[in-house]
Amino acid sequence: MRLDAKIPAGPIDQAWDTARFEMKLVNPANKRRHTLIVVGSGLAGASAAATLGELGYNVFCFCFQDSPRRAHSIAAQGGINAAKNYQNDGDSIYRLFYDTVKGGDFRSREANVYRLAQNSVRIIDQCVAQGVPFAREYGGSLENRSFGGAQVSRTFYARGQTGQQLLLGAYQALERQVDAGQVKMFPRTEMLDLIVIDGRARGIVARNLVTGRLTIHIADAVILASGGYGNVYYLSTNAKGSNATAIWRAHKRGALFANPCFTQIHPTCIPVSGDYQSKLTLMSESLRNDGRIWVPKRKGDGRSPDQIPEEERDYYLERRYPSFGNLVPRDVASRNAKAVCDEGRGVGTTGLGVYLDLAEAITRLGVGTIRERYGNLLDMYQRITDEDPYKVPMRIYPAIHYTMGGLWVDYHLQSTIPGLFVLGEANFSDHGANRLGASALMQGLSDGYFIIPYTVGNYLTTEKPMKLDESHPEAQAALKGAGQRLKRLLEIKGKRTVDSFHRELGKIMWNDCGMSRNATGLNNAIGQICALREEFWQNVTIPGSGDDLNQSLERAGRVADFLELGELICIDALERNESCGGHFREEYQTTDGEAQRNDENYSYVAAWSYTGADSRPELNREPLAFAYAHPSQRSYK
Amino acid sequence: MKLTLTIWRQRDRAAKGRFVSYRLDDVNPEMSMLECLDVLNENLSERGEEPVAFEHDCREGICGSCGFMISGIAHGPLPATTVCQLTMRHFKDGDELVLEPWRSKSFPLVKDLIVDRRSLDRIVQAGGYVSVSTGNTPDGNALPIGKDIADRAMDAAACIGCGACVAACPNGSAALFTGAKIAHLGLLPQGQPERDERAVRMVAQMNAEGFGGCTNIGECVAVCPKQISPEVLARMNLDYLVGSWKHRHGTVTAISPIIGWGPDET
Repeated sequence: MRLDAKIPAGPIDQAWDTARFEMKLVNPANKRRHTLIVVGSGLAGASAAATLGELGYNVFCFCFQDSPRRAHSIAAQGGINAAKNYQNDGDSIYRLFYDTVKGGDFRSREANVYRLAQNSVRIIDQCVAQGVPFAREYGGSLENRSFGGAQVSRTFYARGQTGQQLLLGAYQALERQVDAGQVKMFPRTEMLDLIVIDGRARGIVARNLVTGRLTIHIADAVILASGGYGNVYYLSTNAKGSNATAIWRAHKRGALFANPCFTQIHPTCIPVSGDYQSKLTLMSESLRNDGRIWVPKRKGDGRSPDQIPEEERDYYLERRYPSFGNLVPRDVASRNAKAVCDEGRGVGTTGLGVYLDLAEAITRLGVGTIRERYGNLLDMYQRITDEDPYKVPMRIYPAIHYTMGGLWVDYHLQSTIPGLFVLGEANFSDHGANRLGASALMQGLSDGYFIIPYTVGNYLTTEKPMKLDESHPEAQAALKGAGQRLKRLLEIKGKRTVDSFHRELGKIMWNDCGMSRNATGLNNAIGQICALREEFWQNVTIPGSGDDLNQSLERAGRVADFLELGELICIDALERNESCGGHFREEYQTTDGEAQRNDENYSYVAAWSYTGADSRPELNREPLAFAYAHPSQRSYK
Repeated sequence: MKLTLTIWRQRDRAAKGRFVSYRLDDVNPEMSMLECLDVLNENLSERGEEPVAFEHDCREGICGSCGFMISGIAHGPLPATTVCQLTMRHFKDGDELVLEPWRSKSFPLVKDLIVDRRSLDRIVQAGGYVSVSTGNTPDGNALPIGKDIADRAMDAAACIGCGACVAACPNGSAALFTGAKIAHLGLLPQGQPERDERAVRMVAQMNAEGFGGCTNIGECVAVCPKQISPEVLARMNLDYLVGSWKHRHGTVTAISPIIGWGPDET
């Protein structure tokens, strides 16, 4: 398949203006005649639904949680980037663009990233106007901090709850449209299939999670903003409910899945403590600004940290990366933590942890300053681990945090199915092979507030979707198919729980397709996943019925999809014979163990098409061109 | 450690509920309360019994999904902590914990420990926002806001909408929740143009949903996982008083509460 990204010709800084001018508009009186479906109510979904409602469209918004305010955007801690240059420290739209392309290890699309940087400044204005309580200076102006190793201070934040405050801003805008009758909200409702009619996305099949009832919803376009797929690893920093079902169903209906193996592993999470562990908790990476990371020099050193003298400690990041030290990017910090633990020098009862030590900073700055900077985080750490981080070094370990891959979209955020648009973490477009800190919130809101309102209008005017209703045979067939799948799951009545399959899948993925990957491991993983999937469909047990609230059944459907997506992730990782960003193939590294990109052969987006249940997916390539940010080796030595 | 969990089981709103006791012999003190329920649910599922339904999502104490009464205290005995972050080491070997859903007329039961909190969404629909559409905004720094005001607004905005305040209140009032939003927006200059009307409408909606009135008992503040200050109750009353005086000739229409999940009700 030839993939047309529809990037406007001409200079990159005018591309979005050009595109907006060329796009056709919907007559204001006609907007209310169009129904649009938005799946997901996080930053991307809520901002899209609210804005489309404001414009006069008739919007249906779906979320599986009890309220749109629960979406996992709420958990983002650090902040949101914007090229405001309020600090007069040399930031610009071009610099944010350049940093994002470079941080993504030159595997993202330049024009999309440039537009993201342009939109960033308007996002802040919008959120301030909504009443988002950003941190302020005493004089009343907005405060910024440097984040994720950036050399300028461009991150706006609201304590350690930036995601929460931005989401509540979007949620309130959404509820305003609900009150105005423009948006109809469907909470506790999960999308189970995409309805494609005459090659166009025309609706969804959804299940009410309380009554179990399946319904058809027809619309003129469908917008997926359903988040990432990090939970394929079972343990991640994602919410327990975060799932890939909406995008995976759309993939099976014809939307290409791009760069699935680009997953981000966050270096500073609280380590796993036992088999019962249900999720991993992030500790903001801002801690690396003042914390020193170390492990004992000696293998299997069981002494408590205060008994290990200075000369027997290995501050491995400072040793290997003298110029960036503890502030190396996320992928580099994570890989190094794994390496020292693999050598048998990890700490804690499981041996899978490294110390993040604030002692030196406490001596230098005083305990008061550290409490002021990180008090909330350190309290949370103490609550979970029962250890006092002011006295004992914190234990941290990397965890799956974000997925850069997702459904392939063009410059209009439209997938390969006309009328199906994909926003936020659910699409692949802006972060390449590694996402920079404080950029996910920016992308979600840029897509929802400032891009989709234009591009969806253009689609409606040029494509003029025909009028149809739920009696259409394709819609009925999708409804029937979704019902049969649920019935089949409930009828297996095997011996193993849904969670036990999910945990096993997660272990396979983490061991063979986690922080570092190699061909042997990936081939193994593919075999194991196929076998596990087969066992799942014969031996899973789902108590209860399909006609009331049944959380096991909800999870079973999602895990069944993860069991297919997991295989695709491994296939993609195996196909990409290079190391870039979060994708580290052990076979492709420099002599000193750093990631080695292969621009000659792999400077493309790998977009996979679904070809059937037991058939190998087909690879389509979208070549990447870099006319502005020239590919270079990332070096943090 | 060994624990007995006595849990409210109820299939749906129409069914009769009852307490069922479960013994857990191998509780790791490092587990969270929800992980403890996960373990119980795995055991129940393996035996073919229906697991205990409970709401949860982020498990980091920020999404507001989780919450139930633990032996009579909303979110359990540890202050400023949601049940997802409450570790079992705060209980003693041999303890019996009684888990019940939030009990409130305005939170109809869905199943076991899950209740329907859409009434809180409707309170926000009744004006819990600044009426600004996308695009129509000045530069972020065009409106200076002093740090003290921004900080106080943030304190109020930290509410996660879990509903513990309602469950803990002897009157079943949602005043802490409603007041937090009224205070957050009412403190900021962006919220001034609609300040009066917002308070009047949100309070009217709170009443229409059947939440009780606030009599400043303070149980809500004691259980609030985000430690929302009782200051927001005073601000709500102030704005409501001023607003209802200024708008004394106007009418206020509340949104009709919806209880069920039928095709026309969702």
